[in-house]
Amino acid sequence: MDIVTKEQVAAAVEAAIPQLACVLPADVRAGLEAARAGEDAPRGRVVLEQLCENARIAEEDRVPLCQDTGTVWASLEIGPDVCVRGDVFADVDAAVARAYGAARLRRSVVRDALFDRTNTNDNTPAFCDIHPVDEPGAARLHVMLKGGGSDNASRVVMLPPGAGRAGVVEEVVRCVREKGANACPPLVVGVGVGATFDKVAGLAKRALMRPVGEPARDGRTRAFEEDLLAAVNATGVGPGGLGGAYTALAVHVATAPCHIAALPVAVNMGCSATRRVTIDLSRPEGGSHV
Amino acid sequence: MSEVRRLTLPLSREVAATLRAGEACTLTGPLFTLRDAGHVRLLGELHGQGSLPYGLAGQAIFYAGPTPPAAGRPFGAVGPTTASRMDFAAPELHRAGIVATVGKGRRSQAVRQACIDTGSVYFAAVGGAAAFLAKCVESSDTIGYDDLGTEALRRIVVRDFPVFVGIDTQGRDVYDARC
Repeated sequence: MDIVTKEQVAAAVEAAIPQLACVLPADVRAGLEAARAGEDAPRGRVVLEQLCENARIAEEDRVPLCQDTGTVWASLEIGPDVCVRGDVFADVDAAVARAYGAARLRRSVVRDALFDRTNTNDNTPAFCDIHPVDEPGAARLHVMLKGGGSDNASRVVMLPPGAGRAGVVEEVVRCVREKGANACPPLVVGVGVGATFDKVAGLAKRALMRPVGEPARDGRTRAFEEDLLAAVNATGVGPGGLGGAYTALAVHVATAPCHIAALPVAVNMGCSATRRVTIDLSRPEGGSHV
Repeated sequence: MSEVRRLTLPLSREVAATLRAGEACTLTGPLFTLRDAGHVRLLGELHGQGSLPYGLAGQAIFYAGPTPPAAGRPFGAVGPTTASRMDFAAPELHRAGIVATVGKGRRSQAVRQACIDTGSVYFAAVGGAAAFLAKCVESSDTIGYDDLGTEALRRIVVRDFPVFVGIDTQGRDVYDARC
């Protein structure tokens, strides 16, 4: 039986952080470059030129893509025959503190949201979770540096089931119209539909992990994503929120079962610097995609 | 863009009055970085002494929290944060003498009205272009709230820093009117 250790998880997180902060994932970069080639709106084009130039400078000079180097999300997916100890994330905070110091990244975490808003000064704690998946041998670690502006533009809504597909589209478009400009478009929009109040946001966030340009496996989901992307881009919010055709590079949808009374919907905005990686811990070298 | 207006900071009210929402501009001169926690402190000081401290009268606030120095530059990355989070303070700061703010995203009706009433402007910079924008920063000095870390009040000097006019002195808004 495979065992995932806390040392493996911490090492993977520590290696991922500086790379994510300074090098735009290839799928997002390709999306931005395609948008730059296709955008006709003058301001939108200026924004996309700046964003493409930004990616080049960050990678060449090894500086952060964005001053908001995010909070760290580490999510472990494990198969039924993979073993983890309860302390599998125990070393992650120390790894985050080292990585943020060494790479000269911004510390953006306060001690307590309400009672003590002093900066922890090392960007800890990380936000970690673990998910069992029905794939023998699976040991995948998702790492995302999540910016505050795009997370603030996200929302959870509990729709009545009668709202249906059209209601979900309306809610996603409303969210983009009201908050999209604050979330640094062109966006990667994660949409969760189903599960429960607490779980639907997780669905939306995990949907951001799928590479831009990779279609959903399920045909119904794929068609719905195409409709949503067209509706989002029809808003004209555009790059930087300053007008144009490319409000989003992609809309990714994840659905789940739910209560007969429910139609939970979550929208998790990913910004133009959606920084995430999936690391395969089942391989000796920890191969990765995205 | 057809034409880029080159503006010098501090921005005079006379020049501010000629700007139109949607215009592309560059800024050269001093900006003062300040964001969430710093605005609470600044309002407290303003209420205490009745005027803007730190020589902020007539100046421009840049809503930003930079990363530490890197690549021989004052910041590795610095770019605009969401301006609407500072809407609670902006109208009062405009009345006290702040001539311009720089951030990203939509502002409240109260901020728009304050721009009209005081002849002030809001500039929108490109969120997420922070490595690019950091190359426009020539110097940085922390002048207050040092304990806030990235949220400290800093006087920075920028050169050819690219922005768009977000809200002009007549209340036109680039995010609404598609100016």
